[in-house]
Amino acid sequence: MATETIEENPLTKKDFVTPNDVRWCPGCGDYAILNSLQRTLPELGIPKENYVVVSGIGCSSRFPYYMNTYGFHTIHGRAPTVAAGVKVANPDLSVWMITGDGDGLSIGGNHLMHALRRNININILLFNNRVYGLTKGQYSPTSPVGTRTKTTPTGSIDNPLNPILFALGAEATFIARTIDTNPKHMIETFKAAQAHNGVSFVEIFQNCVIFNNKTWDPVYGRQSRDDNMLFLKEGEPMVFGKEEKKGIVWNGSQPEVIPLGDATPEEKGVMIHTPDRPGSLYTAMLAEMTHPEFPTPVGTLRQVEKPTYDAQIQDQVQEAIDSQDGKPDLQGLVNGANTWII
Amino acid sequence: MGTESTIADEFKELKTVVIRFAGDSGDGMQTIGERFTDSSAAFGNDLATFPDFPAEIRAPAGTIPGVSAFQIQFGSTEILTPGDAPDALVAMNPAALAVHLRDLTEGGMLVVNSAAFTEANLKMADFESNPLDDPELTSKYELIQVDINHFTQESLKETELTAKDKLRCKNFFALGFMYWIYSRPIDNTIDFIREKWSRKAPALAEANITVLKAGYYFGETTETSRNRYMVAKAEVEAGTYRKISGNEALVLGLIAGAEKADRKLLYSGYPITPASSILEMLSNYKHFGVKTVQAEDEIAAIGVAIGGSFAGNLGITGTSGPGMCLKAEFIGLATSTELPLVIINVQRGGPSTGLPTKTEQSDLLQAVYGRHSDAPIPVIAANSPSDCFETAIEAVRIALTFSTPIIVLSDLYLANGAEPWRIPSMDGIDEIKKPIAEEGGNYTTFARDEDTLSRTLAIPGQKGNEHRIGGLEKDEGGSVSYDPDNHEEMTHIRAEKLKRIANSFPPTKVLGEKSGKVLVLSWGGTYGSITAAVSAMQAEGFSVSSVHLKHLHPMPNDLKDIMDGFDQILVPELNMGQLDVLLRSQFLVDTVAYNKIQGQPFKVKELTKKIHELLQD
Repeated sequence: MATETIEENPLTKKDFVTPNDVRWCPGCGDYAILNSLQRTLPELGIPKENYVVVSGIGCSSRFPYYMNTYGFHTIHGRAPTVAAGVKVANPDLSVWMITGDGDGLSIGGNHLMHALRRNININILLFNNRVYGLTKGQYSPTSPVGTRTKTTPTGSIDNPLNPILFALGAEATFIARTIDTNPKHMIETFKAAQAHNGVSFVEIFQNCVIFNNKTWDPVYGRQSRDDNMLFLKEGEPMVFGKEEKKGIVWNGSQPEVIPLGDATPEEKGVMIHTPDRPGSLYTAMLAEMTHPEFPTPVGTLRQVEKPTYDAQIQDQVQEAIDSQDGKPDLQGLVNGANTWII
Repeated sequence: MGTESTIADEFKELKTVVIRFAGDSGDGMQTIGERFTDSSAAFGNDLATFPDFPAEIRAPAGTIPGVSAFQIQFGSTEILTPGDAPDALVAMNPAALAVHLRDLTEGGMLVVNSAAFTEANLKMADFESNPLDDPELTSKYELIQVDINHFTQESLKETELTAKDKLRCKNFFALGFMYWIYSRPIDNTIDFIREKWSRKAPALAEANITVLKAGYYFGETTETSRNRYMVAKAEVEAGTYRKISGNEALVLGLIAGAEKADRKLLYSGYPITPASSILEMLSNYKHFGVKTVQAEDEIAAIGVAIGGSFAGNLGITGTSGPGMCLKAEFIGLATSTELPLVIINVQRGGPSTGLPTKTEQSDLLQAVYGRHSDAPIPVIAANSPSDCFETAIEAVRIALTFSTPIIVLSDLYLANGAEPWRIPSMDGIDEIKKPIAEEGGNYTTFARDEDTLSRTLAIPGQKGNEHRIGGLEKDEGGSVSYDPDNHEEMTHIRAEKLKRIANSFPPTKVLGEKSGKVLVLSWGGTYGSITAAVSAMQAEGFSVSSVHLKHLHPMPNDLKDIMDGFDQILVPELNMGQLDVLLRSQFLVDTVAYNKIQGQPFKVKELTKKIHELLQD
């Protein structure tokens, strides 16, 4: 079972490191994510052999080669399908799917949508660097309008996708966002993703040092992070700023940033983070709160409970088996209901 | 026309009969065709069927595109095909007559529902005048006009059904009438109707039974038909039989194969004609541990199956030609990672959407070569509806033993056609032995079996065997390698591994002499027609033999020697000559291609004519 605890020889980060040389560019945000996941997995109480890392194609999708677990580097955009097959075949496995903004939202948008709406109990980490790295710098479905790249020398003209809204549209049961510059937050988020019984979608703001350097600095850079990020914590007020002197209130029709002054968040009516609301409006509000108008929220944006696809498949098969008397007979099955003897 | 001999005044005994039911696609022609098949099978005839229906679910009623037909040949001798031309045609409306009359044997029986020959219906079928008034029709065929609408309504006048519901039963009147003419048992049809509809629509079930009987007694009490026929039981091998269609046989074969290999079956598909029923049927075998996933598209379907195989299940996916195009990249991944995977292609006419409800065998080259780069994988084909069972088991055997994706070619003609099947003993089927790696950490991803070159799988959940696979080229240890020599070596190994699969094939069967003037070399769903044609000509003393291939890639090792024994090689195919291309390229052999691309199976007489031409050369 995935939840079985290990008492002897506790796992450490080292157990999850492969001897392979890591081949990302120096300074790539992927290193921090890899490091954080390697630090998370030993702490989850899951036997190492029960982890499977599945990826598509792209820089981020080289990830399985660097994780000393079972791994499958598949083809462009299709990781959700293989991950689904693995999980349906053996629901006891802890399946981590690695994808990027191009792999997951462009070529693989369809599969990602269906993995999310089916609520397959896997963890999906989407590295969002708003550019195609492995093909050397074309714009991606999350690049802002006007992005100039090799294929858009006069600026991109298509509206970008908001990954959180995309996941919400598919009614994903767990939606979170974290950043590659904050290992502590990544580890917390990964743990929450694994703890969720259902599909977990985690967008990770990730820096591409070569083709889109500092793309997230306006949000998480040293100068801006206090004012431009909102760390969400369940049951706590939405406050931010260096001294936590700003809060988010609902003004009757939309969220609004207000200064708290000397008042407490309660006195000002600052919203309390409640990710477990069954409807999608609340999470949509958070998803649409983005820099520069709002601080960009990170943390768990939504977590609701629904039956999982893999468990239900298993249940239906088990019910069908239980409804039989003893082991089904292959000969009887092949004979069917209508035979005649000559 | 069936061969006949009179045994009594009122019956003519026939050895074989071909009947075609044709009507509007809403008229229930497939339903009564199926019933006629079951009754004939239960009676003890050998038989073969051919449902032929339009791609539109309900084209406008009464129109030519809306015509649906079902043909059955049954007999007291071995039946290999649904028959070239019907001896009897049931036409429920003018459009059905317009489409199918040209096939009816001269002197054949023509049963028409005269009530449907209204001015409006005649116009929709492009008739300028009523063909029933044409004296040529009466002189050329045994025309039997029955006002089926009237008699159906009359027999149901005591019921409270609406006029529309009453008329919906009219196909059973036609069926009852044909049962009487061909002396078929009626009881199992009554049982079937009760079983199927009694709970949902008891009034309609009883109405159908009443009308079925009315049709039967109509034959008895009127003198509409001058002849009544008898087709004796077929002399076939003793055993337990059932009726089976190609897709049913595939499904059962996959389950049997997985059971014999002790693997859990995970099937993932996306609805597509004519493969959808595989997914539908398998989803009803959960009590056998079968897991099914209806994926979001064709690509996802194979992805799920590959994920399943990676995790230790037997991953299977099924589709038709357009779906194969979408799956191609994933088949390449399965080839590179050498995972066991069964890919079924129930072929239909193409290219593109093509002829979704017509048969063709034009995906052979796609199966053999349809991937980027050098990506060799085995291809096998089924040759009859019941042979789909053995073909499915063979596919499971090859996929697991050689740790490879394999393509199974069936076709619409096999998938939807049915025949009686002498059910084999499941105990007699060999176990498929391909254990997964032992736990413990000495696992090498691409370590190979010396004979088969097959790799051994280790599966997630096994302690110490953690490893990574993927689409990048790897060395034997499983590490990514861009080394030029390694790539060349791995490419050669993949090619050699495919070649060695042929060492596991049984000797190729030759129908007839091992040498002679003409060898008919064929594959797939043309088996019935070709075997019927070749057997008939052999009985007449002609020097012709046939070989029907199941293994197409690689081909059997003994095939070259067999070909060398004949002066000429005829390759009939329902495509532009795809096996022909393979034979020529692999064996440098001169062949004569014979191709038909009409979405219809070969007729026996077309084949005998072609063989005669070659013999005269």
